Amino acid sequence: MNILTTLWLALRALWRNKVRSMLTMLGIIIGIGAVIAMVAAGQGAQESVKQVFAGLGTNVLMVSNGSAPNFGPSGGAGSKLSLTWDDLAALSTEVSSIKFVAPALQTRTQLASEDNNWNSQVIGTTGTWFKIRNWKAAQGVVLDEDTGSSAAKIVVIGKTVATQLFGQASPIGQNIRLNGQPFEVVGVLESKGQGPMGDYDDTLIIPVKTYQQKLEKGLAKYIKGQFLITMADGATAEKTMAAVTSLLRDRHKLGISDEDDFRIRNPAEFAKAQQDSTDRISTLLALVAAASLFVGGIGVMNIMLVSVIERTREIGIRMAVGAKPGNIMTQFLVESLVLSALGGLLGLGLGALFAKWMASYFGWPLFFPVQTAAIAVGVAGGVGVVFGLYPAIRASQLDPITALRYES
Amino acid sequence: MGADAAKPLLELRAVERTYVMGDNIVRALRGVDLIINKGESVALMGTSGSGKSTLMNILGCLDQPTKGTYLINGRPANGLSRSELADVRGKMIGFVFQSFNLLSRTSALENVEMPLMYQGVSTRERRKRAMAALHRVGLAGREDHHPSQLSGGQQQRVAIARALITNAPVIMADEPTGNLDSKTSHDVMGILQGLVAEGKTVVLVTHEADIAAYAARVVTLRDGAIIDDRKQVPVPTEAA
Repeated sequence: MNILTTLWLALRALWRNKVRSMLTMLGIIIGIGAVIAMVAAGQGAQESVKQVFAGLGTNVLMVSNGSAPNFGPSGGAGSKLSLTWDDLAALSTEVSSIKFVAPALQTRTQLASEDNNWNSQVIGTTGTWFKIRNWKAAQGVVLDEDTGSSAAKIVVIGKTVATQLFGQASPIGQNIRLNGQPFEVVGVLESKGQGPMGDYDDTLIIPVKTYQQKLEKGLAKYIKGQFLITMADGATAEKTMAAVTSLLRDRHKLGISDEDDFRIRNPAEFAKAQQDSTDRISTLLALVAAASLFVGGIGVMNIMLVSVIERTREIGIRMAVGAKPGNIMTQFLVESLVLSALGGLLGLGLGALFAKWMASYFGWPLFFPVQTAAIAVGVAGGVGVVFGLYPAIRASQLDPITALRYES
Repeated sequence: MGADAAKPLLELRAVERTYVMGDNIVRALRGVDLIINKGESVALMGTSGSGKSTLMNILGCLDQPTKGTYLINGRPANGLSRSELADVRGKMIGFVFQSFNLLSRTSALENVEMPLMYQGVSTRERRKRAMAALHRVGLAGREDHHPSQLSGGQQQRVAIARALITNAPVIMADEPTGNLDSKTSHDVMGILQGLVAEGKTVVLVTHEADIAAYAARVVTLRDGAIIDDRKQVPVPTEAA
């Protein structure tokens, strides 16, 4: 008996019990749908974590003052200032595994254009900072080595600030008042979207000297902010962190028993921890989904067993006219395979829809796991074969005489 | 239809069949010797429990002898696997049952072509031969009818068409008229007689004498043994 005929027979048999077939498929549909949705969600969440941390720059370390409980704006209550401008200079010259280092002084302040007000985070830094963050201008220019170390009253603004202060108009050449001082907008940054600490684009950057003069009212010994470091290519985070630690401990004259009065953080590690936890959660969810697939498989087996009993007479007739046990087995096996594979395909659609909905709901990038989808349909088919095998064998082992006499 | 000229098509030698039912051993057949030649029409008669159905099951390769030898066309059919038996059934034997045994919710045409599916015949060829077989039993134009839309006599004709489609040399008819009124019974027997005239071998199981009268030979069983085997002149019918 050829494949097409067998498939045709299977589809007809399933079509005869439409409602039952559909209900049986539902188990597989939900199982596969759940697997697809969960894997897509996991990948989407992973990818969004990756994107968030990619916004911080790659190969980046952050050094901040001691008692700041978390990375973010330092200088909060209880914060002990320890990082100095000399530390910064020493880091850039004495640690070989550092490629770039930039200070980042930051505070929140009120801004005003001619027409609008806004409150945002101001960062005072050098031109190097843009290289570390790998952040380019969408319009105008960013600070370079010269403008970054000058005391010019110029500012580079993020997309959000640009929109809030100037709407659709071009901000380049316009003035922003910061602490009552006019700053000329020289550049608008390209959008980076949401970061771990909020909107990356809700920020503005001015030269560090200008920051000290206009926002801190004078040059200070300590830095109210942090250092951003880009490690040299091939340098490991552990080695660089050790080198930075020993240099700073040395410079701060800390004794053996003293605790570090600064903190070094590796965003990549943080990202990895976040990824690991999403990974674990999505693995768990996928396991739960797989369990529901198993339950779906049992549903298939159940219905196939019922079907074999109901069709005992049909089996007897087919055997009488020359069907071999193998033919009967194939017939039932293909039926459960078709049932499960169809369920798998429908589940795929359902899972994709659900994944799409989740992606838009949680703001993840949409991921359709093609590989998982292929595997899932394969698994659905496999479920059909595995759970259909026992009923099919039972069918094939019926005695034709008994089967022919069977009264349903 | 002279038996002398013909060669043995079905041959049983000392065939026994016993069933174990719980503690009881039922001896359904106790040493049956029977030769059926090509082109014969044989009625197996006997009361219920005489062993005639068991005999037909063995002749039809649905069952196997516990002891003894069964030769089809000179080749042993005992000791074959289930698969091999299915093969023999498909190629050598067409069945007609009392209860028709058609697949419900399946058209007459598809019922008739079913045996060919197991012989790997192409769809087009199956269709062609099924149409011809339905035509042969006078059901042209009813190809798309389902069994429930057909009368008992028509259903039995579909079953005969199904038995014919493989060109099997032997037709086994188990009480083929048991569910039919007498007029229809005679129609069906007419068709079967027509098949004998075409050279088919027909084995008929019945307990009705007027049905057995259509056969040229009547074999009577009692308690699992043949007690009578005689030739007769079959009653004539108007061929269907």
